[in-house]
Amino acid sequence: MPDQLIFAIEVFLNGLMAGVLYALVALGFVLIYKASGIFNYAQGVLALFAALTLVGIMEGQVPFSHLINAVFGTEIHNFGFHVPALLAIALTMVVMVVLAWLVNTLIFRHLVNQEPIILFMATIGLAYFLEGFGDIMWGADIKKLDVGLPQGINGFIDQITLDALGYGFFIDNLDLVATAVAALLVTALVIFAQYTRQGRAMRAVADDHQAALSVGISLNFIWVMVWSLAGFVALVAGIMWGTKSGVQFSLSLIALKALPVLMLGGFTSIPGAIVGGLIIGVGEKMFEFLIGPLVGGATENWFAYVLALLFLVFRPQGLFGEKIIERV
Amino acid sequence: MKLKLATLALGAVMAAAPAMADLVFPSLSYRTGPYAPGGIPFADGYADYFTLINERDGGIGGEKIQMPECETAYNTEKGVECYESTKGLGSLVYQPLSTGITYQLIPKVTADGIPMLTSGLGRTSAKNGTVFPWVFNFPANYWDGASVAIKHILDEQGGDISGTKITLLYHNSAYGKEPIRTLEQLSEKHGFELSLIPVDSPGQEQKSQWLQIRRERPDYVIMWGWGVMNQVAIQEASNIRFPMDKFIGIWWSGSENDVVPVGDGAHGYKALTFHNMGDDYPLYDDLKTYVFDKGLAAGAGDQHGSAVYNRGLYGAMLVVEAAKVAQEIHGTSKITPEMMRDGLESLEITEETMTALGLPKFGPEFSVTCENHGGNGYAAIAQWDAKAGEWNLITDYVQSDQEIIQPLIEADSMAYAEESGIEPGCN
Repeated sequence: MPDQLIFAIEVFLNGLMAGVLYALVALGFVLIYKASGIFNYAQGVLALFAALTLVGIMEGQVPFSHLINAVFGTEIHNFGFHVPALLAIALTMVVMVVLAWLVNTLIFRHLVNQEPIILFMATIGLAYFLEGFGDIMWGADIKKLDVGLPQGINGFIDQITLDALGYGFFIDNLDLVATAVAALLVTALVIFAQYTRQGRAMRAVADDHQAALSVGISLNFIWVMVWSLAGFVALVAGIMWGTKSGVQFSLSLIALKALPVLMLGGFTSIPGAIVGGLIIGVGEKMFEFLIGPLVGGATENWFAYVLALLFLVFRPQGLFGEKIIERV
Repeated sequence: MKLKLATLALGAVMAAAPAMADLVFPSLSYRTGPYAPGGIPFADGYADYFTLINERDGGIGGEKIQMPECETAYNTEKGVECYESTKGLGSLVYQPLSTGITYQLIPKVTADGIPMLTSGLGRTSAKNGTVFPWVFNFPANYWDGASVAIKHILDEQGGDISGTKITLLYHNSAYGKEPIRTLEQLSEKHGFELSLIPVDSPGQEQKSQWLQIRRERPDYVIMWGWGVMNQVAIQEASNIRFPMDKFIGIWWSGSENDVVPVGDGAHGYKALTFHNMGDDYPLYDDLKTYVFDKGLAAGAGDQHGSAVYNRGLYGAMLVVEAAKVAQEIHGTSKITPEMMRDGLESLEITEETMTALGLPKFGPEFSVTCENHGGNGYAAIAQWDAKAGEWNLITDYVQSDQEIIQPLIEADSMAYAEESGIEPGCN
């Protein structure tokens, strides 16, 4: 097999893996948009906040310690204990549920029936607030996140491809874990939406919240639940991305990677987020591999959007989005 | 009522503003946003040194130092706003820790007559003081960094790097592209093969770049990164098992923030530097006595001894020494920005000076003149010891290849002079 073809296959596989990581971020957007029609600009910051909280709990860090020390002249930073990863994840999830309740109670409950642009602007405000709040709560330094996920080249794949093709493929163990987690997450979310009472209620609210209200569904409960689910997805995305780069404020920028995925997959489809992620991941990596060297490289950021726009020309609602026809 | 409010507001402004007799060194810092992990230690080190001078020496020549701090969030527009809002306070010198802000401020400081020091960043050709009379970039600039990295590789390869494959992995911005021309010239001179791999900002996803590096198998990778790009690159290098001792970052890719998140995988990674690391210096004893123990440390007080904190200390030390020279030249303790420029232009840092300041073997010796605002172009290589959790200098301060760098600086600065209608010269 020619070298270039072997390299292309390796790039293709890595594109798929990168796409899964993009899809993990996009899923959070889809969940909230589907249930409440809100484009949640704060989803990236939610992932950052979740990851910061997770590291803080694992390390036994005292929240707001900088503030406490500045006000009271104390020198406290740590509780002096470490929390096991699984327990810390569970505790972080509790924090995310509380956050979901606060977001709904303090912001979105008061904005029912407002224009989508108002809701969108509210999420922009939420993003800035959470970024600053996370900074004050946990500090701005870069934190190492280690929940025990494997990282680095997968030796097995490296060896078998080396034996078969004469060139060992690089596949990151963390990407393999992310793929498995994403598959589990999507399956669980689809089962939840299709087969559980709360899931069906969520879909009813998504279809018509006034009709759902008239049959006794609590909008507040559903919205808190959806924001909690989005918080959980954000936590998963935060763990994967935070393990790669350390937990830091740039983590909130991963939202930029989700936007073309949403444009391509549609804002309302969970499988769309996955398929969109895979197409964007493979598309941008293959373009960088094939065309990048001819144009000086660094094509991925812009090409992802070009690819999404190309799809939009033919399917404005995205691959899996709902086609909305309004007759006047 | 309105009169009372206006009086209160005026009182608050007057209380916040420095007294006119103070020496004002504004700090355009960034403690928020994605680049805060780099901005906080610098701002803390910068502030702590001034606090030390005030507490221990009673200021410079008897004049207390004021350091109004303005948050830029590493945003160029905000940086310019900070400059505009502080320049009227009698500011003596600016040190914006951002190449973007530096480029915007060059024409402004030139018009306003306020010096700017951009150690290890900004516009490299500002070294030519005849074209950039108000801008200084000692002790080293980006092109010095690129050249010293190649000199280190030459040393490791026994002086012959013809045929050696060197990749530059760079932030796809004006900053990241700075070393390209120098490396191309050095490639012609030494015969090494140079390949260029850009990474789009912010650089959270670098799979394509590292797959390319894995395919092309360069002998060395030099990195010009910033922010999250650094951590991801070092992690990816570790993932593909690239030998860390063949991976050299510029000084902005050489802080604890860049290597700690990668853990043991970062062991052996190298970075350029123009100052030493750690806190084993007599100066730190004074800082402890006069600043830390008195509860006067800036920020959270948790950055002491880190690479970028030391850079902040060093930056403040350089301008304090320049202010002393200015006071001496003009025979007054109440110096103006113009006098400060004279001080910067006559600055000479020797090992004796550094030792007297409690920083022996901390930085290179250099001198500044009207023609040379960039010092002598010395830098060293530091290596990360993941087990000990510390950087160690593994080379002496080495001078960059002046044969290559000087003509480049001359050409670039003269092009700027021509397009800006500047008549080069010393006054």
